[in-house]
Amino acid sequence: MSQLLEQLFNGFQLGFVYALIALGYTMVYGIIRLINFAHGDVFMVGAYIGVFGFTLWGLPWPVAILVAMAACAVLGVTIERLAYRPLRHKGAQPIAALITAIGVSLFLEYFCSLKFVFGPDYRVVRLPFEVQRWSLGGASITNVQLLIVGVVIVLILALQYLIQRTKVGKAMRAVAQDPDAARLMGINVDRVIAYTFAIGSALAAAAGVLFVFAYPQLRPFMGIMPGLKAFTAAVLGGIGSIPGAVLGALIMGQAEVLTAAYITTDFKDAVAFAILILVLLVRPAGLLGRSGPEKV
Amino acid sequence: MRKGISLSNTHRVILVAAAVTGLFVVLQALRSSGIITLYWSQVLDLSLIMTIAAVGLSLIYGFAGQFSLGHAAFYAIGAYTAGYITKTYGGTIVTFVAALLAGALLAGLIGYLIGLPILRLRSDYLGIATLGFGIIAKVVLDNSDKISPVLGGAQGMLGVPRLATFAWIYWLAVLAIVLARNFILSSHGRACIAVREDEVAADIMGIDTTHFKLLIFALGCALGGLAGGLYAHVYPFLSPSLADFLKSFDFLLIVVLGGLGSLTGSVVTAIGWTFLLEWLRKVLPQDFLDWRGVIYALVLIVLMIARPQGLLGGKELRLLRPARSTGKEGSRHASA
Amino acid sequence: MRRVYALLLAAAMVVAAGCGGAPSGSGGLDDGKTIKIGFIGPLSGDVKSYGVSAFNGFELALEQAGYKAGDFTIEYVKDDDRGRPEEGTNLAIKQITQDGVKAIVGSVTSDVTKAVSEIANQHGVVMITGTATADTVTVDDQGKRKPFVFRTCFLDSTQGKVAAKFALEELGKKTAAILYDKGNPYTVGLAEAFKSAFVAGGGQIVAEESYGRDDTDFSAIVTKVATANPEVLYLPDYYNKVSLIGQAVRAKGLDVVLLGADGWDSTDLDFQIMDGGYFTAHYSPTEPREAVQKFVQAYREKYGSDPDSFAALVYDATNMLLEAIRQAGTDDPDKIREALQNLKDFPAVGGDLSFDANGNPVKDVTIQKVNKDGTFEFVTKITP
Repeated sequence: MSQLLEQLFNGFQLGFVYALIALGYTMVYGIIRLINFAHGDVFMVGAYIGVFGFTLWGLPWPVAILVAMAACAVLGVTIERLAYRPLRHKGAQPIAALITAIGVSLFLEYFCSLKFVFGPDYRVVRLPFEVQRWSLGGASITNVQLLIVGVVIVLILALQYLIQRTKVGKAMRAVAQDPDAARLMGINVDRVIAYTFAIGSALAAAAGVLFVFAYPQLRPFMGIMPGLKAFTAAVLGGIGSIPGAVLGALIMGQAEVLTAAYITTDFKDAVAFAILILVLLVRPAGLLGRSGPEKV
Repeated sequence: MRKGISLSNTHRVILVAAAVTGLFVVLQALRSSGIITLYWSQVLDLSLIMTIAAVGLSLIYGFAGQFSLGHAAFYAIGAYTAGYITKTYGGTIVTFVAALLAGALLAGLIGYLIGLPILRLRSDYLGIATLGFGIIAKVVLDNSDKISPVLGGAQGMLGVPRLATFAWIYWLAVLAIVLARNFILSSHGRACIAVREDEVAADIMGIDTTHFKLLIFALGCALGGLAGGLYAHVYPFLSPSLADFLKSFDFLLIVVLGGLGSLTGSVVTAIGWTFLLEWLRKVLPQDFLDWRGVIYALVLIVLMIARPQGLLGGKELRLLRPARSTGKEGSRHASA
Repeated sequence: MRRVYALLLAAAMVVAAGCGGAPSGSGGLDDGKTIKIGFIGPLSGDVKSYGVSAFNGFELALEQAGYKAGDFTIEYVKDDDRGRPEEGTNLAIKQITQDGVKAIVGSVTSDVTKAVSEIANQHGVVMITGTATADTVTVDDQGKRKPFVFRTCFLDSTQGKVAAKFALEELGKKTAAILYDKGNPYTVGLAEAFKSAFVAGGGQIVAEESYGRDDTDFSAIVTKVATANPEVLYLPDYYNKVSLIGQAVRAKGLDVVLLGADGWDSTDLDFQIMDGGYFTAHYSPTEPREAVQKFVQAYREKYGSDPDSFAALVYDATNMLLEAIRQAGTDDPDKIREALQNLKDFPAVGGDLSFDANGNPVKDVTIQKVNKDGTFEFVTKITP
């Protein structure tokens, strides 16, 4: 029983990190119908900057996280401005933006692998605090796990507040619903999109640093798998839906961990995707998604 | 501005056949004489194999509009199946043909079975579902040693006899292109394009949309499987990463860069892109080899932003279009 | 339409440029007095420290020989396989067909070396690895020898067995758990060897879990292992993976002795986490034997740090290759192969080496201990 409990904790650790990344995916998709493949790599950059923050630059780690978030917000907006906006203004097919997104993703990965940037090697990370363990109902739980869950919940609540209670949030919802109508209402659509990218990227950066707390290693390609899984989680929950993204991520995290623990480690990656396919077949718009008219 | 010679259908076919055979003879001669080195011969082989797979994806996505992010899974299925057969039953002409056929058919069959449930998903979701399928395929291949130790599992499969000569690859590539072209121009193909253009309208016109979507998907996957089967017999080492998303993306990139709805585009880009990548590897000085990935990504981004419709979006080489004896000006090919 | 033709022309030009422009030094024709050898290793990527050390050993050996072997001048081609078998395969093909190498020193990790050995053997080019320990490098899956492939290190079957012996006899432990990467022939071979030896020696394997190469989250399997309560945890993977798993183990508060293999041998290992762990190694720089100390001195002078096993092993491999070329007196790879196979008691850092019928040397296994101050400590030497 205590093993099950501990595995559930493991699943939450993973799931909450995925949730933070998934939020960025879902927000961007909700607003411009683009799967921003580069998001996983923004996560990676955030992780590196955060780690540099509390190692090289000697910042206290909460400050390091904020610095990483700010830096990645800028990165996200830059990417949007340079790579996606031109295509949007040209009225290009969505597939072009998608391929470009993948191109940006690859660019970030390879560029950061260059020796004068981050270098291609694994780096071991010295955590800025001691890992502490407690026993809860016979299961082991660490301060890192609590930190992750805590920070993610705070950020999700902050996001919800932003979206529901502020003008910016209202504008974002408007653009997500109907960009043309929003434009007619006087909303600067381009700027709203930029904000969305900024916020999503900042969340990814936070996710990156938290991820490193849990799994203390850095490498330029570290964002691929978490990005992919988080993105799948967002789809699972219904892409465009914020609670959906969180729900989907928690399910993905648990599925992965529980499969590894109780079925076999061999198939743990496949199970998560199999669940996705099954859910999509039954609920084509995802668990909490709103099914729009079939794209013809 | 069109050159005025109007050829009859038979004449066209003979001309094309002659040109293709001529090209083969020339290339073969260049290879045997060593003017094209062993290394570049291999690159040529691989580029033609990529072409076959790209043609398959072109059918699926370029022409039928099915957004598949899992094409590499079928490539891998074809590769492993074909490799398994020749490795187990020995490497003769008979087993080789059987292996290629088996690889293509199995890939097509699995494509059909997967397609049954998922092809009704909306475009982006279909992409994700196929992506998921690709990952599942990779995981299965990772554990393939549980199915049979010959398959090697996550460590990869070695020891497949190297039976695919240039002749085989070249002519199968030609066959694939001809097959694709004829399919597109047939009533089946036109139905598929109608489905892509406007599924609701096609439905109303009495086209069995599901059937055609499945048909072209299975065919495209089968071509992917054929390409994979050839690959297994050229390259000494197969690994589950063949089913990886990155590989699927390679194919997708080629089809999109070449221009959706353009067979010529896919073929030209498949060959050109493969050579470009190898050329980059050669041309970069030793210390800058790690820039290869960066350049690849930058070229991609720039190309997409500069020309989002792809290089040859919607246009087709004259040879591949129907003869003008159909009366109407035959150049109005279904555009992207 | 014109655009299409222009495109085709451009494509044709690329093809022509690629094929026509012969790179310098290719064509495989030596001027009769130069032999090209290739080096393949992970100079970047996950296990970069191995590759860098390996290359240093390679370079030092060549330098000390004055870049000559008998009457031949030695030139080399250096390539980075990034720790990936596909890359290694491509590079081996390139080196053989494009650069015209007659022998390859490399690679470093077993999975890449396995692939490279296939190519080398197929093309009849000598390949000697200093460090790949998987059994199926010099022999194929059916146990048949690949005549052109050699190595200067012990096998995983040996290493794993010795690790088990050490755990049972020296440490006096009775229960063990194993965690390994199922995609890596290195870890798979070690896990198997350890398991059979441990059980044969009266021990019990209480848990055995595998993970994937790119996995970062080990919490699930570590929790699983914890419930089985092992005294020893065998982690036969590379230093980067092991550090990550070690982190998970410490986070769960598992009270186990960590045991590993030569993959731990790197200054990039997380010494804090792995403190108190033991691993089977190829050599120790503190061993007082003359051959070892001479090498350590020379290496220290040139590179400013102490050589690890990888440097030492590849140093030995390169020297043996040079000797074989000297003895063969020709650039014919088959003659070089023969000379290499027939070397007897070659004075190497790792001992006086000869190759057995399978291209493997007979050697002792050293046990080293990890200290949190960042050093390795020589514990004992075991003859398998």
